[in-house]
Amino acid sequence: MTAYRRPADIAALVEDDRVHRDLYLSDELFALEQQHFFANTWSYLGHASQVPAAGDYLAVEIAGRPLLMVRQGDGGIRVLYNRCAHKGSKLVSDECGSSGKFFRCPYHAWTYRLDGTPLSIPLKSGYEGTRLKDCESGRGMVALRHVAVYRDFVFVKIGDAGPDFESYFGAALRAIDNLVDRSPVGRLRIDGGVLRNIIHCNWKMYLENINDTVHPVSTHESAAQAANALWQGQPAEAPKPMAMEQILPFGESYDFFDRMGARVYPNGHSMLGINFSIHSGYAQMPDYEQALAAAHGVERAAEILQRSPQNSVCFPSLALKGSPQAFRVIRPLAADRTLIEAWSLRVEGAPELLFERSMSYNRLAFSPMSVVAHDDVHLFEGMQQGLRGEGNDWISLHRGFDPAERAAPILDVNGTNEILMRNQFRAWVEFMTMSMPE
Amino acid sequence: MTETTELSLFEFIAHEAQLLDALRLDEWLALFADDGRYWVPLRGALQADDGTHNALADEDRLLLSLRIARLKNPRAHSQHPPSRCQHVLQQPTVVHADAAARRYELRTPFVYVEARADRQLMLTGCCRHRLIDTSDGLRIELKRVDLLNPGAALPAIQLFP
Ligand code: FES
Ligand SMILES: [Fe+2]
Repeated sequence: MTAYRRPADIAALVEDDRVHRDLYLSDELFALEQQHFFANTWSYLGHASQVPAAGDYLAVEIAGRPLLMVRQGDGGIRVLYNRCAHKGSKLVSDECGSSGKFFRCPYHAWTYRLDGTPLSIPLKSGYEGTRLKDCESGRGMVALRHVAVYRDFVFVKIGDAGPDFESYFGAALRAIDNLVDRSPVGRLRIDGGVLRNIIHCNWKMYLENINDTVHPVSTHESAAQAANALWQGQPAEAPKPMAMEQILPFGESYDFFDRMGARVYPNGHSMLGINFSIHSGYAQMPDYEQALAAAHGVERAAEILQRSPQNSVCFPSLALKGSPQAFRVIRPLAADRTLIEAWSLRVEGAPELLFERSMSYNRLAFSPMSVVAHDDVHLFEGMQQGLRGEGNDWISLHRGFDPAERAAPILDVNGTNEILMRNQFRAWVEFMTMSMPE
Repeated sequence: MTETTELSLFEFIAHEAQLLDALRLDEWLALFADDGRYWVPLRGALQADDGTHNALADEDRLLLSLRIARLKNPRAHSQHPPSRCQHVLQQPTVVHADAAARRYELRTPFVYVEARADRQLMLTGCCRHRLIDTSDGLRIELKRVDLLNPGAALPAIQLFP
């Protein structure tokens, strides 16, 4: 299978207003994504709060590469390949932990400093007069060159092509600011564990759906109807249990989702719900709002709290919610298999209730036992199968298409506009073909 | 505790699982006390009940009724075709009994299989039931499902392990 060896073949899969089904189905394209697309884009790796002390590590696989985020003695963060310089053993096999002052390979006991440089080798004299020092194996663990820590969110770019961190994300970073600024002390902490889901669909399908506001009315009809029926008869002002507060808005109308508005940024990023969102109606907390105003000033505090976008996509791997403070990480495993992680955040200096909201939302919406996501997952998996049918090779992304839309770097649109997806696929072509020979 | 009581506790556990397997979910829900809770902690047996860690599911009667109402809704797309489940239980053990308060805690190792269309999912672990014997019979105050590997990346679990 070598249908897609030239950039032009790949570009032809993404038209202005539709994309080819091979984007979701082809194993060859998946392999090319691993090789090119994920080397040229910035992927979310982990949160600095997961490695609080020197020697703490977090092991993550990104695009098939085993990576290790390590807290250094000087407080900085480095990302190394989780590969011994000797014969390739993984240095650690737990997903997180502490290596102490150095890494020691379990196989032949080569050791490395926390920055990956070699520390010692058993039977050292056996290497005298050999070329070890001059070759890769003598240089220790390989460190990634492109690592960015933005307000404790750690991103990596695997390859040397592709833009630097700031030019890649640009104004889309305001979504992270909005999340972090909800802490009066400007700090978040990952807590409460991660919910991990395996979904048998292409990762781009999942990512598209994060920006899809037309599906809730029909997809989530069963959950919304059940919630409405249970809540019926309650006076409008009755305080809702947290779960109700979080589930009922899934039943909002087309009009609601259209009016919530959206924004697209260059390089595939987007923000859904720039006017309001299904998260706007959570109960207020006056004490917390005062603390935030004291930290940021009244105006900025109001701005932070009023803005609860439904989803902010830091393309291609991260989807953030400012409120509830939570995020999803998209980890492609195969053309038809994707790992989705849902993480909860503690907002330092804020009431415990925010953390409870974060965990509750993740549980209701993103757990393998979710009451909302089963219908999404069923539909993604059905699409993955349905697309194998012949007679129509294309996925329609026509809604709201305007030939002029490509000219504007940042564009505000109505919430149901499929430009959010067109924008992702335009970026997909760009980063997929960037480092490919003609 | 008399032997009859122990037997009735064991029968209750078996009956509860049978109701789930038969998808008699309203009858199942009726087994819960008013403030009953169904909990599948994310760290399984290691998890303390102090609210600091998340769960795959943590539901009171309101949420359980929501889940059950959703499953019955013809537009529950993920139930076309429907899921089925089977609990295979080991003999429970009574880990705690307070005859005066009529409260009992039981531990039941299980294998749970959920099947839908051509896919089948298997989970295993230990159930811990906290029961209270009321004038209406035994009621569940807490059903805690400690999965063996709750932190694993899982496909959709649609019914009740
Ligand atoms: S592979 Fe690591 S020391 Fe040999
Ligand atoms: Fe959805």
